Amino acid sequence: MIKKVKKLVKDFGLGELRTGLKVTGKEFLNKNITVQFPEERTPISPRFRGLHALRRYPNGEERCIACKLCEAVCPANAITIDSEMREDGTRRTTQYDIDLFKCIFCGFCEEACPVDAIVETHIFDYAFESREGSIIDKKGLLAIGDENEKEISKARLEDSKYK
Amino acid sequence: MWQSLVDSIHNLIPWFDGGLADVVIILIKGLALIFPLIIAMAYMTYAERKVIGFMQLRIGPNRVGPLGLLQPFADVFKMMFKEIIFPTKSNIYLFLLAPILAFVPAVAVWAVVPFGEGFYIANLDVSLLYVMAIGSVGVYGIVLAGWASNSKYPLLGALRSTALLISYELVIGFVIVTVVMIASSVNLNTVVEKQAGGILNWYWIPLFPMMIVFWIGALVETNRAPFDVVEGESEIVGGTHVEYSGMPFALFFMAEYFNMIFMAMLAVLLFFGGWHSPFEGIPLLEGWFEFVPDLFWLLFKMSFFLFLYFWIRASFPRFRYDQIMRLCWKIFLPLTIVWIFVVALMTQLHIGPWF
Repeated sequence: MIKKVKKLVKDFGLGELRTGLKVTGKEFLNKNITVQFPEERTPISPRFRGLHALRRYPNGEERCIACKLCEAVCPANAITIDSEMREDGTRRTTQYDIDLFKCIFCGFCEEACPVDAIVETHIFDYAFESREGSIIDKKGLLAIGDENEKEISKARLEDSKYK
Repeated sequence: MWQSLVDSIHNLIPWFDGGLADVVIILIKGLALIFPLIIAMAYMTYAERKVIGFMQLRIGPNRVGPLGLLQPFADVFKMMFKEIIFPTKSNIYLFLLAPILAFVPAVAVWAVVPFGEGFYIANLDVSLLYVMAIGSVGVYGIVLAGWASNSKYPLLGALRSTALLISYELVIGFVIVTVVMIASSVNLNTVVEKQAGGILNWYWIPLFPMMIVFWIGALVETNRAPFDVVEGESEIVGGTHVEYSGMPFALFFMAEYFNMIFMAMLAVLLFFGGWHSPFEGIPLLEGWFEFVPDLFWLLFKMSFFLFLYFWIRASFPRFRYDQIMRLCWKIFLPLTIVWIFVVALMTQLHIGPWF
């Protein structure tokens, strides 16, 4: 009986509705959590796997020695490598293509690389204008690496203590 | 005020007098009402998006102009340049008449609203009846829109909408009857004047349940969430105005918002003392707030109710159609009728300070 009366009072006092209004009223005063993307960005983990890049040593020599481990480990067969002997007797790649349509950004190439040549950078907002644009060649990869070397090495350094 | 305006124009242009002056004055009055109303409506859409955004921890529109303040104008221009599409085999005249029929009553009801002491366009002695009558005419626009579109979905939307509006008009009518019984007048001006003397003299205290019923009825009448089954943006296509685009659609949209603002205004006039300051009769506060104009209090109270629209929309899930009907016929109608008897008794026996 008392239970019934209580329920009646609550129903006619719009109890449930008041609870609902309280929730939205509270959130109305809370701070908004929207991130305005192009102007603001959320923090990115140093392990973030974005667009690929090929790195160089500080003296300007490219790191990649064409061991083809990345090509072998790539689960999506996105990497194509051709190599030849350079004049100084070292083995270097003549072709290093990554098909971004095939790539699944698993990061295995980066893990497989013995010289930290191929890396995945923090860049995630890229675009290409034609279907051919999805394949980045060696020149393009090296250019990305040169452009972002500072961020790349910083991210590797931050993550190194957990490896 | 108007007479001095007529006189000053008469001094400049001698033949400006009599009938012509009346017509011009009426035109000026009408424009002085409609322009602020349109601006209010435009910024209400902005406020709605902002408020609901904030309640969902979003920011809301902020790209057009500072803080997104020019967003309403961007919307208006978009609407104006959109093509008006006529459905094949629809009757173009009826098709275009429908939005006008929806829009005109939404503006016409504003004629009797008292914005302050002696500050109104028309002081009808039957203004509450006028409000009810003109408000009912708005239904024709909806029915006609559904019918003239020659398409099944608008017709279904129109049927749902009409049934809702007619049912809840009854409830709102009964609520207004209780107010009329206390005020013993159907003149909005008198109703407000009777509520003079501070927050405790307003009718929301003796008519508290009626106020809530009225507000829920207002939500249904204006097709607002959680009773927006007619449009049901996230479930069904847009109710009666599925086939409308461009400016005819904008007319429906504006009519809906004008009605919303009017319902908020009516709630203030009937239950919250219209233009009266809430501090009337309180010794110290009354003096401090004396400089605040009547109009401010009216608009302030009205904005609270407009905010309530958004707040409710952001909070509650949509009602099912039959549940809205049940709410109307099985709960609100008996409740209001009982309350009419209670109020009748209290007015006859002169119980309490309000009767």
